[in-house]
Amino acid sequence: MEEIGNLMHGFGVALTLANIGFMFVGIVLGVLIGVLPGLGGANGIAILLPLTFSMNPTSAIIMLSCIYWGALFGGAITSILFNIPGEPWSVATTFDGHPMAQQGKAAQALTAAFTSSFVGALFAVLLITFLAPLLAKFALKFGPAEFFAVQLLTFSSFVGMSKEPPAKTLAAMMLGFALAAVGMDTVTGTLRMTYGVPALLKGFDFLIAVIGLFGIGEILLTMEEGLAFKGQSARISSRAVWNTWGDILKYWKTFLRSTAIGCWMGITPGGATPASFMSYGMARRMSKHPERFGKGEIQGVIAPETAAHAAGTSALLPMLTLGIPGSPTAAVLLGGLLIWGLQPGPMLFVEQKDFVWGLIASMYLGNIMGLLVVLTTVPWWAAILRIPFSVIAPVIIVICAIGAYTVHSAMFDVVLMLVFGVLGYLFKKLRYPLAPLVLALVLGDMAEASFRQAMLLSQGSLAIFWSNPLVGSIAGLAMLMLLWPLWGIVKRSLVRREGGAFGEVK
Amino acid sequence: MTDDDREDRCTAVRTRGPELAVAGLLLAIAALVITDSLRVGIGWADDGPRAGYFPFYIGLLLAASSGWILLGQLRRWSADKDEFATRQQVGLVVSVLVPMVLYVGLIFAIGIYIASAVLIGYFMVRHGKYKAGPSLLVAIGVPLVFFLVFEKWFLVPLPKGPLEQLLGL
Repeated sequence: MEEIGNLMHGFGVALTLANIGFMFVGIVLGVLIGVLPGLGGANGIAILLPLTFSMNPTSAIIMLSCIYWGALFGGAITSILFNIPGEPWSVATTFDGHPMAQQGKAAQALTAAFTSSFVGALFAVLLITFLAPLLAKFALKFGPAEFFAVQLLTFSSFVGMSKEPPAKTLAAMMLGFALAAVGMDTVTGTLRMTYGVPALLKGFDFLIAVIGLFGIGEILLTMEEGLAFKGQSARISSRAVWNTWGDILKYWKTFLRSTAIGCWMGITPGGATPASFMSYGMARRMSKHPERFGKGEIQGVIAPETAAHAAGTSALLPMLTLGIPGSPTAAVLLGGLLIWGLQPGPMLFVEQKDFVWGLIASMYLGNIMGLLVVLTTVPWWAAILRIPFSVIAPVIIVICAIGAYTVHSAMFDVVLMLVFGVLGYLFKKLRYPLAPLVLALVLGDMAEASFRQAMLLSQGSLAIFWSNPLVGSIAGLAMLMLLWPLWGIVKRSLVRREGGAFGEVK
Repeated sequence: MTDDDREDRCTAVRTRGPELAVAGLLLAIAALVITDSLRVGIGWADDGPRAGYFPFYIGLLLAASSGWILLGQLRRWSADKDEFATRQQVGLVVSVLVPMVLYVGLIFAIGIYIASAVLIGYFMVRHGKYKAGPSLLVAIGVPLVFFLVFEKWFLVPLPKGPLEQLLGL
């Protein structure tokens, strides 16, 4: 078992006093980000990324990934106590979590939520520990054509699996690719799409886009709803924790099922949000008492939280091994790796052993620490939420502006952030998905490079994408995903035609 | 139908306007992408694909998808009664957006710290109905904390204006 040895080595890297300190800071900042509306995992990390440029990459990514775990934990607090999902993936947690809090079972609901998050994450980290090295070894054989096919599969599955209209998913994605192409072309050195504007020479930075789309856009959305926080208070006693742990043991099947859904949705870029809804739906369908869901059923808390955390964690698997992030937050982390001069992908496991295994070990430690931190500090976070939105909103706007400025020390970026903010608001309202836009913006250059290299190899013939069974099957799967919505249209029109024949009867 | 319903319908902004505008914007961006790709060349040079080779197809796909949305919206223009938001909600959003734009303008003029103090103070008084005392306290305290964290601790300089220069910071 080579992995165990590597993992132990990783623990050695991660378990320094400084790194444990960074983990703690990361978890606390993460929970804060998860609790506050308008700051989420993706833009929180984007804002803090410039501060870590001077740190060594291992410590920096440990802290940033701990922010991510913290944000995943934090989302549950607001959903259960205040019925306000701090993060999109905790929407499903409000369905049963908030009713439980209203019935005076807030401590149980919170303990169940935190524990499920922990379990989901733990399984996903185990999966990463044993699957990532295999996948990386396998991916070492990949050429440019294979890489482009995998990227194509990532983007096609957005079109095939997202709940948003396919045309809008495609449009958002292409906008991301188009923005990524602006500026100097790295291969030929030609300036593209700058139209003589000097500020556009360095292109659009995805960090600015993330801060604007998710941060400013979210503030505008929250303002529209005219938020007033009215919440339940909670304090978790150790007895409540023990009793709840005893209780939820009997739902081991829900745990397993939700973990499986979460891991699958995290590795394929479905993301944490759909995973949580799907898992909630499954738990209700499989339950003997589906009518209890929505009224404070503890399974309704366990299922979405387990799946969300499993998906959020396993999204790092394709990010590390293939350089393809499974979620916007993983995309931001990937951007960070590139800035630190680390090339994500299979070579990372060969060349940067310390870094990779230190990170994986920190996933175990970070989640254990996260569980302890949130279980003990819930009352404080609840108190933060009592600060009115009229104070929090301008502070978050200031934080976003500072975050956007510090990326390149350029005022143009702050203006750009505002533009992306308005775009984010409009996109959210009109049901354009934001995740493919961000992913395309991050991966645009890489996808273009691998496409061009593949084309160079084949002298411009697309036949290279089915030149061997491996690339052929990946590309075929991608095409299937891309055309999936068409099948839906065909099916609907068939149903309509049949319905038309008997239309009068109805 | 009750009176309330009718009132809601009169004061709501429909989805179709913004929908058309966003699709139009995307189509315009697609046009920009395609024109510039044609300028730098979409074919092959001696050393491989030219710079416009990849973006050209991206532009085409963007044009196709946004054009599809645009046409679809035009086709069901009069039938589409979906609501974007009520006028009151749009008013709220604008009441945050305008100060945000002014804030960014202020950063250019007088630096980020004073501008932030003004923004926070304005929000607390205007939206939170706070008295001058607590508003002033938070409005000065928060930027001060940021100043200490960024300029002193992390040594990241942020935009500063005449006041900071006067104080010699």
